Amino acid sequence: MATIGSFIGVVFDGLAYGSLLFLISIGLSVTLGLMNFINLAHGAFAMLGGYAAVVAMSRLGIPFLPALAIAFAVSGAAGALLERLLYRRMYRATALDQVLFTIGLTLMSIAAATYFFGPAQQPVRLPTLLTGQVHVLGLELGTYRLFLMAMVVLATLTLTYLVEHTRFGAQVRAAVDNPQAAVGLGINVERVFSVTFTLGSALAGLGGALGIDVLGLDPTFPLKYMVYFLLVVAVGGAGTVRGPLVAALILGVCDVAGKYYVPQIGSFVIYAVMIALLLLFPAGLAGRRA
Amino acid sequence: MSVLPTLKWNRFEVTFWLLPIAAFFLFPTYLTLGSQILIAGLFALSLDLILGYARIISLGHAAFFGLGAYTAGLLARHGLGEPLSGLFAAAAIAALVGWMTSFLIVRGQDLTRLMVTLGIGLMFYEAANQASSITGGVDGLSGVEMKKIFGLFGFGLDGKTAYLYSLAVLFIVFNGARALVRSPFGLSLKGVREGERRMPAIGASVRHKLVAVYTVGACIAGIAGALLAQTTQFVGIDVFGFQRSADIMIMLVLGGTGYLYGGPLGAAVFMILQDYLANLNPVYWQFWLGLLLVLLVLFARGGLMGALVALSGRLPGRAR
Amino acid sequence: MTAALRTVALSKSFGGFKANSEVSLAFAAGARHALIGPNGAGKTTFINLLTGVLAPSAGEVYLGEERITNLPQHTRVKRGMTRTFQINTLFPGLTALESVVLACCERAGRGGVWWRTVAAERGAIDEAREILARLRLDADADTPTRALPYGKQRLLEIALALATRPSVLLLDEPAAGIPSAASAELFGVIAQLPRDVTIIFIEHDMNLVFRFAERITVLVAGAVLVEGTPDEIARDRSVREVYLGEAQHG
Repeated sequence: MATIGSFIGVVFDGLAYGSLLFLISIGLSVTLGLMNFINLAHGAFAMLGGYAAVVAMSRLGIPFLPALAIAFAVSGAAGALLERLLYRRMYRATALDQVLFTIGLTLMSIAAATYFFGPAQQPVRLPTLLTGQVHVLGLELGTYRLFLMAMVVLATLTLTYLVEHTRFGAQVRAAVDNPQAAVGLGINVERVFSVTFTLGSALAGLGGALGIDVLGLDPTFPLKYMVYFLLVVAVGGAGTVRGPLVAALILGVCDVAGKYYVPQIGSFVIYAVMIALLLLFPAGLAGRRA
Repeated sequence: MSVLPTLKWNRFEVTFWLLPIAAFFLFPTYLTLGSQILIAGLFALSLDLILGYARIISLGHAAFFGLGAYTAGLLARHGLGEPLSGLFAAAAIAALVGWMTSFLIVRGQDLTRLMVTLGIGLMFYEAANQASSITGGVDGLSGVEMKKIFGLFGFGLDGKTAYLYSLAVLFIVFNGARALVRSPFGLSLKGVREGERRMPAIGASVRHKLVAVYTVGACIAGIAGALLAQTTQFVGIDVFGFQRSADIMIMLVLGGTGYLYGGPLGAAVFMILQDYLANLNPVYWQFWLGLLLVLLVLFARGGLMGALVALSGRLPGRAR
Repeated sequence: MTAALRTVALSKSFGGFKANSEVSLAFAAGARHALIGPNGAGKTTFINLLTGVLAPSAGEVYLGEERITNLPQHTRVKRGMTRTFQINTLFPGLTALESVVLACCERAGRGGVWWRTVAAERGAIDEAREILARLRLDADADTPTRALPYGKQRLLEIALALATRPSVLLLDEPAAGIPSAASAELFGVIAQLPRDVTIIFIEHDMNLVFRFAERITVLVAGAVLVEGTPDEIARDRSVREVYLGEAQHG
């Protein structure tokens, strides 16, 4: 009984972890699918959201939930600004240039975070409402993780609605499918890029803030988790919502289960599985161009 | 007459090789740093073949560097400290693993390749971490005892043997790569870069070319790693680290990809700057490094070699 | 007599769209065979199937006696079948000489030689110069491909194909984008190729087709409509309706 309970606990934790990864990575998926732009600095937007929330809570005394909104807004604003000033110039650059450029941005963000906040992990005080555990079907599930998953479900539903039922969503889908034709249809592709980049960064920021408790927050965050975000997008399939969701959940569960059951092997298995999946599905699980 | 590549040396190249020789005499107290620069230059050269000539973006090239380092290190630690044989063993193992993983690399597009190379690098790091009884894990592998080269030249504290040894290896391997780049095989690599679609139509298998160049790149990286292990008599687990893969890519881009000389040049500039600035303040170093990278990409994509070529009009081994 | 090149019920579908339907053709050795048809008839798809750029949904391809349906592109070239591209697919950063030398080295199996310089490959270099001279490109030998005018690039397309010493040469609209005077000259060069080379070409310019082809196959909507000598095709009513008729009225 105990092993089944701990197994479910592991799966639950893995799903929570995975949904967090998804929330952060969805912006990367759309950016990559839409602009074919490899943004290794995506994690920096998540980190920015995390630190924004920390500043809001500890220095400005703002409660947790509004702080999440601030994280969303700050990262979104940063995304909008950087897209207009810098990223826009790089859409037509070679893949190597994009990689180098975004690594450069990542290093700068890490240095800035170290300078302003120091190298240590940021502590976070969750509101008492979200701490502790909830009794569900005879199981003890962490309240915060439930909240987290609920937030991600909400975000996913909103996103899906946005993509599939609004005109803007249709424009995004058109631009992903065939940018030239989209321009020909009179779609302001530049604006589509801008808005999606902003939205993606904002979601990453929200994820970063939500994840302080689960993923931790320190200046090396962008590098530490870069692999995971890329993995989710590459394996799931860039440009889709569903693919990265599945990939993120699988990755989350595998990672947590791996660390719990076979800690000696640790991340080794994750990377091996990733390589295998990439080779079997070069365009990702959802089958879109990478 | 035509401009088909030959092996003749020009003034730039002669000057280039006189510099490290001059440095040996002019900066006797900096020979340890000098060896590090030469080794990093060799490592960057190996990446240039893969990245500059074959356009394979690899974020995990340190995997082969680390393999070479641990091979040479473990051999020496277990009594087989003869330097040249250690070098050959490292080269062979790195080449073998490079060849095996090349089949994973040649499929897929840029992002997939990036992820696969990154994943391989991380896997090796994890493996080295887990197998700490063999590799020493995070503490590193010590007790690397080197015998004398040719029975004559011992690795002393003054770093002279290490420096000249590294320089000799760099010179030999570099010129091997130089010949390769100017050969029909090198021309076919250019063909892959310039017209990948046309290559099969003239009877050339792009896959075979990429596998070959990736294997060579892995082999040379392994030699560089072995040099590091042998000259410092220590192997830290960071030889597999992402930081190392990233640093080497930065050095190469700084120096300029596709010229062969860019790797050593970029390594020299990078490591001298790093030696000076990172000791002052590591956070600043990281920031300026990131900024440099951003600026390089935006304004100076040819790196130092690109700038030199633009200034002088014509230079050796143009890969562009 | 075995055909130099033969297909058996070669088909290609993209989802629901049938680009090629059951195309069975035989090309005699030494033929000067034109493949014509309206836009979208599947001519380039057919060439892509022949050369291995696309894998067929069904059917077989035979080069002489050998079944080559599953061979990769580069192997088919080694077996003697080469194509040119409708849209220039060259090496922009290489000079004309370098490009042809590369092709000659690959043909000679010296593409993997890494211990000698290119300059030392006298055989390949002489051969390349001879091919360039034949196509009147010798003056442009040291010009980077991207700096060559379009017409010369088109000639370089053919030079690269000739460097592989093909027994079967597939030309995909070799004169595309070239004004008529120059294109007649280009076809003149093609016509001078020896008889042991089987030439199959796609062309839209009917003057060129009727001047140089000895046999014509008409492809419409992915299937063979009719095949015959130029006279037969010119007189064929179904061809007139589908293809030549449009040109007369348009």
